[in-house]
Amino acid sequence: MSLVRLALKSARFRSTSLVLTVFGLAISVTLLLGVDKIRTETRASFFNTVSETDLIVGARSSPTNLLLYSVFRIGNATNNVTWDTYEEIAAMDEVAWTIPISLGDSHRGFRVMGTTDDYFEHYRYGNKRALALDEGERFDGVYDTVLGADVARELGYEVDDEIIVAHGLVSAAFAEHDDKPFTVVGILEKTGTPVDRTVHVTLAGIEAIHVDFRDGGRSQLTVDAEQALKFDLTPTQITALMVGLENRAQTFQVQRRINEYESEPMSAILPGATLADFWRTISTIEQVVFVISGFVLVAGLLGMLTTILSTLNERRREIAVLRAVGARASHVVLLIVLETLLVVTAGCALGVAMLYGLLTLARPIILDRFGIDVPITGLDPTQLSILGGVIVGAVVVALIPGFIAYRRSIQDGLALKV
Amino acid sequence: MPSPGAVATDAVVRLDNVRFRWPGQQTDIIALDELTLEAGEHLFVRGASGSGKTTLLNLLAGIHTPSAGEIRLLGTDLATLSAGKRDQFRADHIGVVFQQFNLLPYLSTVENVTLSCAFSARKRRAMASTGVGDTARDLLRSLNLDDDLHRAPVNKLSVGQQQRVAVARALIGGPEILIADEPTSALDADNRDRFLELLFREVEAQGCTLIFVSHDPELAGRFQRSIELSGAEQ
Repeated sequence: MSLVRLALKSARFRSTSLVLTVFGLAISVTLLLGVDKIRTETRASFFNTVSETDLIVGARSSPTNLLLYSVFRIGNATNNVTWDTYEEIAAMDEVAWTIPISLGDSHRGFRVMGTTDDYFEHYRYGNKRALALDEGERFDGVYDTVLGADVARELGYEVDDEIIVAHGLVSAAFAEHDDKPFTVVGILEKTGTPVDRTVHVTLAGIEAIHVDFRDGGRSQLTVDAEQALKFDLTPTQITALMVGLENRAQTFQVQRRINEYESEPMSAILPGATLADFWRTISTIEQVVFVISGFVLVAGLLGMLTTILSTLNERRREIAVLRAVGARASHVVLLIVLETLLVVTAGCALGVAMLYGLLTLARPIILDRFGIDVPITGLDPTQLSILGGVIVGAVVVALIPGFIAYRRSIQDGLALKV
Repeated sequence: MPSPGAVATDAVVRLDNVRFRWPGQQTDIIALDELTLEAGEHLFVRGASGSGKTTLLNLLAGIHTPSAGEIRLLGTDLATLSAGKRDQFRADHIGVVFQQFNLLPYLSTVENVTLSCAFSARKRRAMASTGVGDTARDLLRSLNLDDDLHRAPVNKLSVGQQQRVAVARALIGGPEILIADEPTSALDADNRDRFLELLFREVEAQGCTLIFVSHDPELAGRFQRSIELSGAEQ
């Protein structure tokens, strides 16, 4: 019988305490790998959200807030930008293109964003990727809408379906623009960014549904969809705008001019720099969480050490019997190390299985709550080295009980201390 | 070819002026001036608890080395072997039966018997023709352990049965020396006598040299020779 089989049979005999140790280790491995996975994906998804946009302009607020509502659709603008100002900025010599955006309404939990054709033309994400239509076409008419991939998938919409937009961000029957339904004309390909969770309509459409809305409620005088088209649907204000410059070297100059704008207080931010700033704030937390999960793992390993040390006493007879039939003291150490290896490998395997199980369950929730897609992929080199580190760490830890067992087996010899 | 340090002798066990004391102690716990056992001899070692019985076993089994003097087993001076080599020597040439708890609870009866082959290529070679498992089963049968017990978990066996399994394990592969440490102390008188009968029969069948340690003077009469351990000289 080989030493490995002996170690397996012996471990199975004491399986209750060892199984608990395996679970303890598995939980800490899941935690550590999970934290690592989420921070990697968060980071990737975060920096992939917007690309090629030189400036984002909104009413004066903190750069982070402006970034969050304009790009991530999180939170709200404190104020708007007038259409006149928008036109002035768009007309600047240095400005190559602009994308006006108008936020504030929602559809069944998804944000509705009013914009223009420029959005499909100029918006870039990831590595300079443009938006592409999976089905249908860009919006053209006032009551046309183009859905993000997740909106269509989760709500089961197809081209030609009609949707009703709710006023504000909470769906409420009394504040629905139900008299002016929008028709789905296109569905975008998945981008892995907040675009997937956005309902895109024209700026004119946003104006049209608000023709008979004043001060957040429906006015007595209702205007139907057809009549609304006769109104002047040029917006009076928008929420924010994205700006692309002719020459990137002029970014700071244009930013200053917008920040010092006379007619209304505005903020212009560099999306890359603001993302990086914001990431630094979050990454401190992220690092703290990672360190904490590292400590949880250390606690798991110490738990394993405790279990193995406590089994040494009950294994004294076993070791004396093995010594009697000719096992060397080094065989005893090897048995302990093999058992540890067994426990830690099982713990890692179970931990990885639990990680994938949890990711499968949590993926839609994380996407829904935070707009971050955590794709289920194989283990990356970082995670493999974490697992390798855990196993090596466990074997090093096992040398402690191994050494104790070694010394004891030499002292005890064939004496069966009961 | 003679092993290192071999002398021309038929003695299986030869102790010469063996002294052992624990580090820091003032007195010797073992002091044996001379002891020689020829092949097939049965020696009864009587000693009260604390007389150094266990220490003597550990010396003979090569776990400890004497503070002074020489222990030769089968012509080999144990002191010339490294600790690992002494362990290998024990695996190949010495069988051990303890007072109780001889068996590993996670192995079946047969697996417990064949366990001693795990560390000895010599024993495995000795049984190459019959096979380790069959040899174990034959040995168990000759020790009055029926086939239905062979696959049973060992904690289903009575103490007497467990001790006989331990004898089978100690004797499998034909070691020259069998050391038994109070193997009957957990047995009642009837069981003890039956156990001894079987033990002697098997030991004689294999021509094995037996060293039997006990505190019970009643047993001495069944042995050709007996010595008494006086213990620490205080």
